[in-house]
Amino acid sequence: MELVNIFIKSIFIENMIFAFFLGMCSYLAVSKKVKTSFGLGIAVIFVLTITVPLNFLLNKYLLEPGALKWLSPSLADVDLSFLTFIIFIAVIASMVQLVEMFVERFAPALYASLGIFLPLIAVNCAILGGSLFMQQKGFTDVSEALVFGLGSGIGWMLAIVFLASIREKISYSNVPKPLRGLGIAFIITGLMAIGFLAFMGIKI
Amino acid sequence: MNAEKKSFDRNSNIYTVVFTIVLIGVVAVILAGSYKFFKPYYDQNVRQEKMTDILYTIGLDKQKLEESARAEGLPMSYNLIKQYFDQYIVKQLALNAEGKPVENVNAFGVNLKEEIQKPVEKQVYPLFIAEYQGKKYYIIPLYGKGLWDDIWGYVALEEDWKTIHGIKFGHKGETPGLGANITEKWFEDRFKGEKIFDESGNFTGIEIVKQLKDKTDKNDHKVDAISGATLTSNGVGVMLNERLKHYVPYFEKMKKQ
Amino acid sequence: MAKKKAKEILFDPLFENNPITVQVLGICSALAVTVKLMPAIVMALSVMVVVGFSNLIISLMRNYIPMRIRIIVQLVVIASLVILVDLFLKAFSYDVSKQLSVFVGLIITNCIVMGRLEAFAMDNKPWPSFLDGIGNGAGYGLILIIVAFFRELFGSGTLFNHKVIPQWLYDHGYMDNGMMLMPAMALITVGVIIWVQRSLMPQLTEKE
Repeated sequence: MELVNIFIKSIFIENMIFAFFLGMCSYLAVSKKVKTSFGLGIAVIFVLTITVPLNFLLNKYLLEPGALKWLSPSLADVDLSFLTFIIFIAVIASMVQLVEMFVERFAPALYASLGIFLPLIAVNCAILGGSLFMQQKGFTDVSEALVFGLGSGIGWMLAIVFLASIREKISYSNVPKPLRGLGIAFIITGLMAIGFLAFMGIKI
Repeated sequence: MNAEKKSFDRNSNIYTVVFTIVLIGVVAVILAGSYKFFKPYYDQNVRQEKMTDILYTIGLDKQKLEESARAEGLPMSYNLIKQYFDQYIVKQLALNAEGKPVENVNAFGVNLKEEIQKPVEKQVYPLFIAEYQGKKYYIIPLYGKGLWDDIWGYVALEEDWKTIHGIKFGHKGETPGLGANITEKWFEDRFKGEKIFDESGNFTGIEIVKQLKDKTDKNDHKVDAISGATLTSNGVGVMLNERLKHYVPYFEKMKKQ
Repeated sequence: MAKKKAKEILFDPLFENNPITVQVLGICSALAVTVKLMPAIVMALSVMVVVGFSNLIISLMRNYIPMRIRIIVQLVVIASLVILVDLFLKAFSYDVSKQLSVFVGLIITNCIVMGRLEAFAMDNKPWPSFLDGIGNGAGYGLILIIVAFFRELFGSGTLFNHKVIPQWLYDHGYMDNGMMLMPAMALITVGVIIWVQRSLMPQLTEKE
């Protein structure tokens, strides 16, 4: 039950885009067409689902205060938590590389559609944000982290696909000139975020 | 200036490996060094905040602390706050689930966030006893969940072990302007004077109610919620009752004495 | 690019080439910290320091970095700087660091930092790179501070936590607009800033 709760919460209520503005750069840059935004969305889901649980394990067995206890009791006082950022980002950057090579080798069709987006993802704030929020929330086991990563990714994809479909339609509207493009995209996202407020506080 | 003029090939495997090792070494030394340097300051900040929060519940807010610091001609500092804390907090206890003090546990150092994840009978329950202006206060730390993230606080009870004297809340990420208002004085003041036991001595706790009609009644065990922040307010209520409940055995014992 | 004067490098990113409103970089980590002015200013300063110094360091190392692991090296430098900033804030500005929470860490993936490293520091000398970083950090901070100013003023009626809306206005029925405190309004505020900026500088308007 807890897992379902985390899942729904991370998609709708604590949506990466609408509640925390994470991954905005690529969100605004790649949301002109539904098709490309869908591709990027899938890639984000992919990477988040891998890196969040991985970083969870690293956090639990390496970084937390006293996390090195399993190596030897004498290390129980070691606190490596100040290395969090550097370890997380290293994991993300290398995972992205690995995933890229893997997909290229074994699923060339997928690579052709995802390929260009994968390198972009290493510096997508939503990915690092996912891991940092995971650390803050203090999940107890890896399945929760996995579900959280998956849910956050799906939430991110939904947001970018929604925005792209609105932007495709809005190109036929008569928007004030200085507002065209970036300006209106910001305002649409803001209005969508207000819409998503309706989900706030839902408990399952 | 061009890289080609250099005598080494910077894309060779050996160079890449050497470069990586040197970089990791340098970064590790710099980071470990600065962590060692900054850590004491950080720890001190955390302790200072905890002490200020606890003193706040017995009526010594920041303004009063500053005033008395000025009266003594001393600047506000960690040491001064520690001095006040040691002066007014006369006893620190760590209780078990039966309300008996546990030996050899530093109540101030208990990490409530970790503690509440243990089963009830294995937890220790910190209790701070204060003496301020001739009165005794019992301060209980709180920890729970709000709408988005963790919330915490401290509540001071008066000598009768049932009247709330003062309360202090904190939160990690409640909605600004709504749930985040639990840290505002006007919300904290709503708890003042409320009772957590009824006339016949049964534990009632505090219920947080939306649009409470009689806000001045201090004997109804009810506090008005923040409008628009029902879920955070509920979280506060649940946290308060869940934590206070565990101290009932101790209070019962003390009343008999 | 290389012939630009130091002054231009420093001041261009403030308005004409602003990282947020023109280059569309680094919106991610920052808008959530614009509820109040104080954290916004600290965030702006932190980003300035990180962009400035990472530009400087990478520019110093630019002829020695193996191309294959370029991105990772850049990330390591940025992450170390961010850790230093984070430790510093926790030690000397504890209250603000609590409000910023994970968003300090997210400076790492702030596209401005990576963007400037790739676009400028990798092939420019250290001093101009440093100025470029400071300028871009400042341009970013400027938007942050403008947004925070309006959100705090209309959302809580305060600036730096001091009441500025006079009491008699409240007595006549004025109310703080809680909406401004919602994340959504930060986006709309930025949208309006872009609108104003592009009306003033028509050359920035997007082509069809």
